Amino acid sequence: MRRLSAFNVVSLALGLAFLYLPIVILVIFSFNASRLVTVWGGWSLAWYRELLQDQAILDAAWTSLRVAALSASAATVLGTCAAVALVRMGRFRGRLLFAGMVYAPLVMPEVITGLSLLLLFVALNVDRGFWTVALAHTTLTMCFVTVIVQSRLIGFDRSLEEAAMDLGAPPLRTFLTITLPLILPAIAAGWMLAFSLSLDDLVIASFTTGPGATTLPIRIYSQVRLGVKPEINAICTIMIAVVGVATVLSSLFAKRSAIRRERGALAAQV
Amino acid sequence: MKRASSTRLVVAIPYLWLLALFLVPFAIVVKISLSQTVIASPPYRPLLDLAAGWEGLRSYVAHLSTDAYALLASDPLYLTSYLKSLHVAAVSTVILLLIGYPIAYGMARSPRRLQPVLVMLVVLPFWTSFLIRVYAWINILQRDGLLNEVLLALHIIDAPRAWLASDTAIYIGVVYSYLPFMVLPLYAALEKINQSLLEAAADLGCPRWKAFWRVTVPLSRTGIAAGALLCFIPIVGEFVIPDLLGGSKSLMIGQTLWTEFFSNRDWPVASAIAVVLLIVLVVPILVYERLQRRAIEGTD
Repeated sequence: MRRLSAFNVVSLALGLAFLYLPIVILVIFSFNASRLVTVWGGWSLAWYRELLQDQAILDAAWTSLRVAALSASAATVLGTCAAVALVRMGRFRGRLLFAGMVYAPLVMPEVITGLSLLLLFVALNVDRGFWTVALAHTTLTMCFVTVIVQSRLIGFDRSLEEAAMDLGAPPLRTFLTITLPLILPAIAAGWMLAFSLSLDDLVIASFTTGPGATTLPIRIYSQVRLGVKPEINAICTIMIAVVGVATVLSSLFAKRSAIRRERGALAAQV
Repeated sequence: MKRASSTRLVVAIPYLWLLALFLVPFAIVVKISLSQTVIASPPYRPLLDLAAGWEGLRSYVAHLSTDAYALLASDPLYLTSYLKSLHVAAVSTVILLLIGYPIAYGMARSPRRLQPVLVMLVVLPFWTSFLIRVYAWINILQRDGLLNEVLLALHIIDAPRAWLASDTAIYIGVVYSYLPFMVLPLYAALEKINQSLLEAAADLGCPRWKAFWRVTVPLSRTGIAAGALLCFIPIVGEFVIPDLLGGSKSLMIGQTLWTEFFSNRDWPVASAIAVVLLIVLVVPILVYERLQRRAIEGTD
């Protein structure tokens, strides 16, 4: 029997308050009519209107969205392959190095990853810009996708796959018709994480970008260095709203598909 | 067992990708850390001229230099920077453990139905931009910010204090940003603990605090190690938080690398800083990988 003690409740409440209070304050002040960030001048959408006229921010946001969509999609394909390789291929040659290269970027300081990728692009004499940032983000985020898909692959029952193989389905077909639908929620979650990590990254993008490919975090960072501005609060609020809605929707989706799966399993037993 | 070529591609494509874009770049960093700065494009010499064949390679090796490392060793700026980073990372990790453990413990003891919601609540801030979360603290910590106003209103302080541009601000920013990374592995370990062990301890007359210390904490060891490393390693190389919240008196090593690269355009020194940082972090990274392999694959 689990019982929450008063200590448990208080530490949970304080912990969540600590996590959310700064974000809530930021959101509230984005609707502040006053230019002074700390003086409350009544509710207003002035900073959102101003944002719509800031072409530089809009361009940067568009660049970021394109980089994030492209790199998240590439990272999802690569990361899923890597997860399948790690879970299903047994002990192939060089597996230890492979696993090492998958897990290391999760903790590697970004300045090191950013610098090394930039030096690679310079050595290859590639023009830096949109594509180099997308390549860099793909490399970083594929490792996160791998970890998410990997834990899903380990967690599920292999008997369905084995049944398909026994009935003569070739490996690729088994993967596409049996495995892929089962791990789809993890793949979707991996894509979303990759997308938001790419949208978020400042350091690696700063190293690997070139003229004409300013991403949103780079733009925000250069503004923030000049001081707090209400427009920044507004753009941050929009980003928080987008991520919040997407996360809640995806968790509802995952729950629905889990319920449907359980019902299917029940029906099969009856 | 012979594998079809399509199966082999599943390994080969991500493998080659990571070799080309993760491992090879490190070799290039090492190579450039052994060169000298020049005002040119690219801003370092010697350049490896493969077209010149054997002669080119020999002249390249003859011109390699360890000047960048000599500078790192002779100018105390760099040593101070490394030490400050390690210090900030170590202290923050301890603070994160002290704050994160009670939160994770509370989550693990919550009713089963509530746990997924709590996990999502902890993960959600991690999905919102890192930069935004650091920026949110500038709003609060600046001179006419909310913290000063609240403290003034409560008569805890008489005059506004400068919270920004200090080490305190760095610690607040780091602890805030990395808290989910600490809580989640701790929760994963605590949630697995069999409650009957604690009941057994209670039945045998063990007080609750002692059962916590002798049963719960040792059983959550892997979570503690994973959370600590998942925070410590990236914090050592952190750039955004100290740059936006910290002062300019002493820099963390991520900032020093950034300055060498972007302001001084000294690529060899920036590369040498990265190489030394990697050497400092290689043991924690390998330990982390071992834990990760064990946690995910259940093997060693």
